[in-house]
Amino acid sequence: MSDLSEAVLSIRGLKVDFETNDGRVQAVKGVDLEVRRGETIAIVGESGSGKSQTVMAVMGLLASNGRVSGSANYRGQELIGLSDKQLNKVRGAKITMIFQEPMTSLDPLYRIGKQIAEPLIHHKGLTAKQARPRVLELLKLVGIPDPERRIDSYPHEMSGGQRQRVMIAMALANDPDVLIADEPTTALDVTIQAQILTLLAELQKKLGMAIVFITHDLGIVRRLADRVYVMRYGEVVEQGTTEDLFVEPKHDYTKMLLAAEPTGRKAPPADNAPILLEGRNVEVEFKIGGGFLAGPPMYLRAVDGISVSLQRGQTIGIVGESGSGKSTLGRALLRLLPSEGIIRFDNRDIAELERAQMRPIRKELQIIFQDPFGSLSPRMTVGQVITEGLLVHEPGLSAKQRDKRAIEALKEVGLDAIMRNRYPHEFSGGQRQRIAIARAMILKPKVVVLDEPTSALDRSVQKQIVELLRKLQADHDLSYLFISHDLSVVRAMSDYIIVMKQGKIVEEGPTDAIFGDPRETYTRTLMAAAIDETKFRQAV
Amino acid sequence: MFGYVLRRFAGAVPTLFFIVTIAFFMIRLAPGGPFDLERPIDPLIMENLNKAYHFDKPLWHQYFIYLGNLLQGDLGPSFTRRDFTVVELFQTGLPVSIKLGSLSLSIALVIGTFLGAMAALRQNTWIDYAVVGTATLGITIPTFIIAPLLSLVFGVMLGVLPAGGWDGGSFRNMVLPVVTLALPQIAIIARLTRGATIEALRSNHVRTARAYGLPAFVVVVVHTLRAAILPVVSYLGPTAAALLTGSVVVETVFGIPGIGRYFVQGALGRDYTLVMGTVVVVAIFVLVFNLIVDILYAWLDPRVRYD
Repeated sequence: MSDLSEAVLSIRGLKVDFETNDGRVQAVKGVDLEVRRGETIAIVGESGSGKSQTVMAVMGLLASNGRVSGSANYRGQELIGLSDKQLNKVRGAKITMIFQEPMTSLDPLYRIGKQIAEPLIHHKGLTAKQARPRVLELLKLVGIPDPERRIDSYPHEMSGGQRQRVMIAMALANDPDVLIADEPTTALDVTIQAQILTLLAELQKKLGMAIVFITHDLGIVRRLADRVYVMRYGEVVEQGTTEDLFVEPKHDYTKMLLAAEPTGRKAPPADNAPILLEGRNVEVEFKIGGGFLAGPPMYLRAVDGISVSLQRGQTIGIVGESGSGKSTLGRALLRLLPSEGIIRFDNRDIAELERAQMRPIRKELQIIFQDPFGSLSPRMTVGQVITEGLLVHEPGLSAKQRDKRAIEALKEVGLDAIMRNRYPHEFSGGQRQRIAIARAMILKPKVVVLDEPTSALDRSVQKQIVELLRKLQADHDLSYLFISHDLSVVRAMSDYIIVMKQGKIVEEGPTDAIFGDPRETYTRTLMAAAIDETKFRQAV
Repeated sequence: MFGYVLRRFAGAVPTLFFIVTIAFFMIRLAPGGPFDLERPIDPLIMENLNKAYHFDKPLWHQYFIYLGNLLQGDLGPSFTRRDFTVVELFQTGLPVSIKLGSLSLSIALVIGTFLGAMAALRQNTWIDYAVVGTATLGITIPTFIIAPLLSLVFGVMLGVLPAGGWDGGSFRNMVLPVVTLALPQIAIIARLTRGATIEALRSNHVRTARAYGLPAFVVVVVHTLRAAILPVVSYLGPTAAALLTGSVVVETVFGIPGIGRYFVQGALGRDYTLVMGTVVVVAIFVLVFNLIVDILYAWLDPRVRYD
């Protein structure tokens, strides 16, 4: 952190409007912010706060219906209003950007070496051959193992974390003054998140560029940022040093964000609560490839001999990174996937039941998915969506009775009864997840599998959903299987935790024991990445 | 890659066998036969004919005789054109159809992708509307209207080009049939390219290319169009096979000696061997072009690998 007084990028009165069919939408309403040399600022806000659009406008990347006004000054040069050609001298050279979607931000058709070389070729005038040593050096810098070999890889041959490292390499290629990171770790697993954040912090120390970090995750802000801007509805509502903001937040919204971390714990189930759902040595295998003339298929064991017993009123948290088999386990236990092993529900072996025999039991076993946008049919009204299950499971009900149940269910999840006549696209993510919950609850289930129900939601909304789920559980004595990679949410929800890796249980135990004294290295890595910020700061 | 091609060829053999079998029995299911003329034939001659063409044997036996001949590259004699074998008919007709088809395909590809890409890059401008409008028109007007219309206007009324005929494949005679065949393909390819280009332009990796200040040419040609061409490549497999094996309408209207007519004529005249020959030729074209498309696709898109 060199001279802090000199601003490399200062944004004044920036406004962004989008021309839509419903009229003009003001996404950013006059934002002032500045980035000084070598510092890290964070722009914090929930989805729709305009934080991404602010930087997109500066980079000239707004959608075609977007209009920008105001000023963005890079070292004395005004960026707003430049032609693409003029702007191309700055972006990719002096100001660079990495994105939220590491899986799709690289061109799938070209080798990564070529893609990292492109900014060097077009800004520094190097030939592809001259650029190659620099590309290797960059790959080494961002910690890609075996760069000589990986330089010729295609993006699909790399993991999400590696692809984000490649993006960072590309961003650093021309020694930028400002690196904009738009939610760069949101799509990554927690342990990978921590690695990427550490990498960014180290690189900044080494290279001294300023970082603009856009995030909704206050944990990241506390770890990395020197100063913070809090945005809401297209405006900066509060700004200050990270320390001041966390110790003495002034604006109510900031206070709300800080308090949005899911807190509290769930009351344990009664000691003598009966076991409701039980799996013994559950195995799920997927066949990959194979077929006529294609050789023998490969088998992937996604769930490898797992035993679980879920008591009435209990919540078991299943934790693990993507690909660990946690969702597959949840689906197998509800018999939504073919599996080996014993599955018992309510003292009845359900593993071998036929479809028709399973149907009456399905009512008691419900599942709620991660994606509140994709899991509700866009062509049905909310009322139709939530009462659809009743048509199958309680065919005797009249339309009037179903409507009554729909009203009850909506009220129970904290929505207005009038909403049943509207369509899912009219609702926010949090409201849609409430609708999905109402759809499950209307059937009065006993066991609900919650598959990352809060992962797609903003932090403040997450907290409300967690509280709602806990309330519903207490009211109806429900049992939950709570699948998540988000440890703070799992902690707030669960009595018992199972940590999964590669289809196996690596560690299990009561929530306090797992969080208080994780024994396995893998669990500790997970915890360290997600929770222990002091350790993280020391590591950097 | 070589192993893959070999495997695909091996896989094509049973497919071909399957097609031949189905087609053989299906055409025999149709009532009538090649010798059912308006005037009844003398029973003795009929018997001799039946013997000569093995129609006196049970159907399964005839099937195996046909398979045996097919393996030796013998498609049998034509029933309706008695002086020719089916192979001879294809030897003269197929080059004509291939010439017409490949010319129209190349033209459609060049013009179609160009128009589609232009429309996408100038989305919601008059260029875009013009391309989409014309393309919709091109798809909706059938060939059997365009062909006689072109022949009438340029051949009869203006008299600048021959209204029909082949004349050994001279350039003047090819213009109208090639245009007729190419027009609907230009329309379809333009629409496909436009849609794929618009999608590619909105993709995250194109945003990355723009964010890194790459010149517009690189953003469009290197990062957008290569991705946009992929659906067009998929479309080309069956289309190339269809175009290269001739078109009934175009060949009939312009009086061109291709093989497209044989399908209809053979089927109507119960010319069993001619129909079967056409089926075999079309099937081989479809199989070969699908293989070419798959290889091309893998070359364009590294995510698709076949080993």
